[in-house]
Amino acid sequence: MNEPVLNIQDLSVSYQTERGPLQALRHVSLAVPEGKIIGIVGESGCGKSTLIASIIRLLAPNARIGTGAINFKGRDLLTLSPEAMRSLRGSGISMVFQDPMTSLNPVLTIGRQMADVQHRSRASRTEKRARALMMLERVGIPDSASQLRRYPHTLSGGMRQRVAIAMALMTEPSLLIADEPTTALDATLEVQIIHCLQQLQREFGCSILFISHHLGVIAELCDEVIVMYAGEVVESGTTREVFLEPRHPYTQKLLECDPARIRHRTRQLPVIEGSLPNLVELPRGCIFRGRCVQSIARCDTERPALSGGQHKSACHLLDTAS
Amino acid sequence: MLTFIVRRALTSVFILVLAVSLLFGMIHMVPGDPASVMLGPKATPEVRAELVRRMGLDRPVIVQLGKFYAGLARGDLGVDPFSGRAVTDSVLEQLPYTLVLVLAAIGGASLLGIPLGCFSAIRRNSLLDRLTGAMSVAFIAIPSFVVALYLLLWLAVKWRWFPAMGAGEVGDYPDQLRHLVLPAIALGLGWVGYIARLVRSSMLEVMEENHIRTARAFGLPERTIVVHYALRIAILPTVTILGLGIGSLLSGALFAEIVFSRPGIGRLLYEAVATRNYPVVMGAVLVTTGFFVLCTLVSDIVNALLDPRLRERPRN
Amino acid sequence: MATHPGVIVRTFSGLKKDPLGMTGFVLVSLILLFTVFAAWLAPYDPLEVDVYDRLSSPSAAHWLGTDQLGRDVLSRVLFGGQVALKVSLVAISASLSIGLVLGMMAGFGPRWLDRILVVSFDTVRSFPTIMFALAIIALTGPSLNTVIVVIILTSIPVYARVVRTQTQALRERDFILAERAMGASTLRILRDHVLPNIAAPLLILASMDVPSVVGMEAGLSFLGLGVSPPTPSWGSILNDGYSYLRNSPWPIIAGGLPLIAVTLGFTFFGESLRDIFDPKLRRKDQ
Repeated sequence: MNEPVLNIQDLSVSYQTERGPLQALRHVSLAVPEGKIIGIVGESGCGKSTLIASIIRLLAPNARIGTGAINFKGRDLLTLSPEAMRSLRGSGISMVFQDPMTSLNPVLTIGRQMADVQHRSRASRTEKRARALMMLERVGIPDSASQLRRYPHTLSGGMRQRVAIAMALMTEPSLLIADEPTTALDATLEVQIIHCLQQLQREFGCSILFISHHLGVIAELCDEVIVMYAGEVVESGTTREVFLEPRHPYTQKLLECDPARIRHRTRQLPVIEGSLPNLVELPRGCIFRGRCVQSIARCDTERPALSGGQHKSACHLLDTAS
Repeated sequence: MLTFIVRRALTSVFILVLAVSLLFGMIHMVPGDPASVMLGPKATPEVRAELVRRMGLDRPVIVQLGKFYAGLARGDLGVDPFSGRAVTDSVLEQLPYTLVLVLAAIGGASLLGIPLGCFSAIRRNSLLDRLTGAMSVAFIAIPSFVVALYLLLWLAVKWRWFPAMGAGEVGDYPDQLRHLVLPAIALGLGWVGYIARLVRSSMLEVMEENHIRTARAFGLPERTIVVHYALRIAILPTVTILGLGIGSLLSGALFAEIVFSRPGIGRLLYEAVATRNYPVVMGAVLVTTGFFVLCTLVSDIVNALLDPRLRERPRN
Repeated sequence: MATHPGVIVRTFSGLKKDPLGMTGFVLVSLILLFTVFAAWLAPYDPLEVDVYDRLSSPSAAHWLGTDQLGRDVLSRVLFGGQVALKVSLVAISASLSIGLVLGMMAGFGPRWLDRILVVSFDTVRSFPTIMFALAIIALTGPSLNTVIVVIILTSIPVYARVVRTQTQALRERDFILAERAMGASTLRILRDHVLPNIAAPLLILASMDVPSVVGMEAGLSFLGLGVSPPTPSWGSILNDGYSYLRNSPWPIIAGGLPLIAVTLGFTFFGESLRDIFDPKLRRKDQ
């Protein structure tokens, strides 16, 4: 088995706030195998943004990395110098962001921005331009030559996101991190972007870390999925396993409450009772305890570890059941 | 883009016409006729009549206005009744000095202010930042003519580092440069503060935006990000401010010209007002207004060029 | 608006944290003190001429020296402050009131009116003020009243714009629509809802306007277009000093100092006030 492209081991990150350290990520471990698409699912506040920021090391100034290692192709990113880290960004690791409207520089042309992304290449201007044109075509943007001269605000949302994907893949990264790339788009566009990503992934063979809270998209696109809640990984496994036989109560609830699953007419959308726990003053025991309907006494006192074979979950119920 | 330019140009012409007509109207609303005011009470009726005839004041106002516009189209602003020279000539002679002064002031202020603002933003709350901030406020607040007077007093008269009067020998560039320094500083000092503050706050805003995060995520060097991505956007308000500030620059130039006895439109206007020389007053005000309107027009266009988002119709 | 003790406490606690603001406040207080009590504080009559002691340097008898007619510069400076005070009070209250009305008209009235007013405001505001003033004075002759009128005309847009923005913002709010549905007249809405919200920003704006008003008066008096001699104004003191620059630097130094103090003081103080009470007032260039 090849070594995973990205291997996060026991990562903990906190933010210094006035009220004390906010534990945004706690003992997070995940692996992205080569050539696979891994999805991360979770509500806002689950730590997705912090996780991504930690990987590319663009955290806020008040962030503190505690324990852990982030191994990218064998090297621990956390031990790299800022310069070495910078050289990885946009070459070994690329990103596609959520909001294409604000993610692209409004006063520079698409062509200029696509050329700048190739700043490490020694190619000539014409060569860079040709490459940009080729990438635009591969993401399915017609009439690519004239698009290069345009400004981001003159393109539609879907086109902008395709441009962002083109930019990200232009340097042929080993890992592409997509942070909710379709959240800001409507359903039809979402489908198009997903298919585009699927196709490109097959062509380029890179690994993709795909973050979303849209379960349907994850199910469609990802090989494996990781469920996060309030800074911890609560379940992980292949998409099929996790979605068909969810083990963690949170995952179960998520799937129940997915609007796509509503079969009967109803007045109220199902929600998960309760709210996110206070990450400054962490409760003892399981992090999901406050909102779990199946909890037992042990859940109050002991934090469950992530266990299981291929299909892992962090829940005491599984110990007792098996 | 073209429609935008045409629209703005028409607004400018409209403002110009309005200003001129207003001024013309005001001159003719003055109690007594301009000729008497110019000559004063000692004038004899004959001299008065001669002047009235010479200035064409015996014709109806509409005709005078028409003649004025006709002359304007030809580039003729009338005749200075005291010296007999064409007003156009006097004005054109003085205008370059003012332009040079204004350009020197803005140029110097930008050269100093933009980097100061940029560094203040990057090193927020550092000593440099706080010092620049306090000094900016101070420079903006103090009236430029007071600065001019103090500069004249210390640097020119007392220490003789720079000349105190005039614009220097014609054709002798180093000399003219020396004569330009103090007036340009007096005029531009407030602007250094203005520009530094503006660039600082713009930069702080821009650096927080998502596209900067994207640029960083692609590993672009910090220098490229600051200068080509962030500053490019942060500078835009500066261009607007400069465009809007032409008016105050012209006013300030007037004071600088008077304090340092420099030739220029400001001084021409001032002296014409002192002698009630209406044709020259009209001519100078007209040229100044025209220049001012032109500058705001150019500034709007440059703005639209730099920021493609402004080219569409502004939504209300 | 908060009760008075609340406002004052807030102001002082805010000022304590801001050394520049505190300095501004001290300067403003001192200046107001000296100006208002000029008649008591001035050692001489500002118009009193003494031809034997012209253009002298500071001495025990004349703390700031004498000008070209032997008049005590210190006394002239103190009384010059009264001119500045008078001009500020008159000009600011007038332009604030007119600006208030125009701003409300622009904010609440029909679109076309708003368009016209906004274009006028922008044009007047960015026009070279001094040229404008000179042109008018060329016609009417120099006088302090003309200067005040010019200052009022060019200051109106400052207030009108802020009022307009505030009024427009409120216009769309739900409770205003509800009131209109209940038949409240425009005047009532303006008085009961817009006015209280405007009061604080306007007062802060006014205090920040003082430097430019005083500066304009001084500038025009310096050009000989403001006060008529022998009335002292900081600008006219500078004018006199300028003519006799090479004989004695003191009139210029003395005339410039109060201007610097006023402009710095009110600006620091005003900015501090604004940061305490209404940071939203920060224009984009700040």
